[in-house]
Amino acid sequence: MTAGDADAGWHHLHPLSPVVRLGRGLVPLVVLGALSSVRGGHAGGPQDLIWIALAGLGVVVGVIHWLVTRWAFDGATLRIETGLVRRDSQQLPVARIQAVDVVQPFGARVLGLAELRIRVAGAKSAHHLSYLAEPAATDLRARLLATHHGLDQSVPAPDEHPVEVVPTGRLLGSVLLSATTMGALVFVVALAVLSAVSTTAAAAVAGSLFVYLIGFGQGIWRRCNEQYGFTVAMAPDGIRVRRGLLSTVAETIPVRRVQAVRQIEPLLWRAFGWCRLEVDLAGVPGHDRSGGGGRGRVTKALLPVGPRESATTLRRVVIGAVEPAVAGAPRGARLKAPLSYHFLAAGHDRTMAVAVTGRVQKVTCWVPLEKAQSVRRVQGPVQRALHLATVHVDVAGKRAGASFRDRAVDEVDHLVEELASLSRGARRRLSVGPEPGTPGWFADPARRHQVRYWDSARWTDHVADDGVGAVDPL
Amino acid sequence: MDGAPPPQWTALSPTLLTMRRTEIAVVGALLAAGAGVALGWVGSPVAAAAAVGAVALGSAAVWWFVRNRFRAWGYFERDEDLEVRRGVMVQRLSVVPYGRMQFVEITAGPVERLFGLATIKLHTAAAGSDARIPGLDPDEAARLRDRLAALGEAKAAGL
Repeated sequence: MTAGDADAGWHHLHPLSPVVRLGRGLVPLVVLGALSSVRGGHAGGPQDLIWIALAGLGVVVGVIHWLVTRWAFDGATLRIETGLVRRDSQQLPVARIQAVDVVQPFGARVLGLAELRIRVAGAKSAHHLSYLAEPAATDLRARLLATHHGLDQSVPAPDEHPVEVVPTGRLLGSVLLSATTMGALVFVVALAVLSAVSTTAAAAVAGSLFVYLIGFGQGIWRRCNEQYGFTVAMAPDGIRVRRGLLSTVAETIPVRRVQAVRQIEPLLWRAFGWCRLEVDLAGVPGHDRSGGGGRGRVTKALLPVGPRESATTLRRVVIGAVEPAVAGAPRGARLKAPLSYHFLAAGHDRTMAVAVTGRVQKVTCWVPLEKAQSVRRVQGPVQRALHLATVHVDVAGKRAGASFRDRAVDEVDHLVEELASLSRGARRRLSVGPEPGTPGWFADPARRHQVRYWDSARWTDHVADDGVGAVDPL
Repeated sequence: MDGAPPPQWTALSPTLLTMRRTEIAVVGALLAAGAGVALGWVGSPVAAAAAVGAVALGSAAVWWFVRNRFRAWGYFERDEDLEVRRGVMVQRLSVVPYGRMQFVEITAGPVERLFGLATIKLHTAAAGSDARIPGLDPDEAARLRDRLAALGEAKAAGL
């Protein structure tokens, strides 16, 4: 704010940022205002004045916010200061940075701006710098990450190589073949049938259905918008995902924080051999909104839609090429779960548990045993009568984990013990050291970083701290 | 329906059963008195008697259920993990490694305090982990908490 700003390395956000901020707030305001004046059937009434006053207030607040917000990066700490009445000064030590994402909402993208989201270990939510000019944002991101990895600030961002790109045609096809679209289709067909029977009734129903159809359309649009141009790339610091049509998101998924991997194959996709691959990340549910979409989601799509081979390749990158043999459920389970019996299967080896459930939507879930939080055995009255029981392997998060559903009781009794002791062994290996034949992330023998990748025969150059990876030869 | 855990399991304090039974008796008596008086007031003493009978029958069923539930509940402190089992209709067994505990919580509601009991609950990063032990003497609860906390620290593992 003062003359010393430039000397201390303080920067302001881009002067156009109030415009973008306001643009996002203004759209619902304008829609509401238009709706209310249309419904009121008059213009220039006192209601319109209220809307105008609100918009004016928005402008003033936006400009003030821009005036009082500034940031500085001195090579070790990123400082962000904001707030007029209550001054808020954030110090982000580079060493504790978990991830830096570049996000471009539509308005920002049009104006060539970008938002920088910085997640710090231990913080409840991400810190924002909105907005910077796009080159400045990418440059700051590269500098932050380079400093984090202890490299010189002039080193360019670590290069990445693309693994998978989702073509737009496939994305559209997958959205059209989703349950949402089918639901909308059923509505339309029902409406057509109804109108053939009685025109007046159809007209009455059409009004209420229209609202639902808008909802469906929004859902379809959101999926296309969020997942357009989905690109997965391997980078030394994790798996990098870029996506988005109007607003683009570039995010890095730290491989070490992956708790479970799920492959989902809905009924309609199976004919095309398509599936979706999701990962569960350790995070604070309800605070980490950067996943895009739902509130508090720590589940991220690694591949929104793609052939099984691609999903398998990606899964092997994330949790290693372990394929435990699975065995189907005993015959008794056919009575308990007549539908899902078809796919019901589960299995495990020394490092991984895998379980298949679902009928309409086939879900295969892999859980690395060192991530298991607890093992549970649950047996309901029906299962008891059929000599069945279910074993859950819980991982961090809500309702996450693999479920060995409806297994034979004699198998279950030692399965619980075995899974508990295997996960104990896996955790110990993680804290002690590697063994030949099992690749994975282990404590860095050089003690410079938290973990280093062991490729089943020797140590690699890949290291990671708090989920942010780097290359540092041993 | 024999839900009794094998001998190496620690059962809950018998005071918990007394507490639950007292609760049933008090609630049942209040319900029976309320229903009896209300129906007797309206007119039919037969209906009043039937209502009291129904309440008594219901209380007896709950009485029996609570006993089974109490017997089925138990925990087992092993070297590396804590096992908790519970449930009569749906039987559950949780194995929670000490190293996975995020925090241990001791709660004691007003009725529990009256009977000198406490409930201990283990939290892990998974919402599904289900390890709750009710009806512990406060001394035992404190001992368990300290032991779990110490073990948790010694065997802690990152996410």
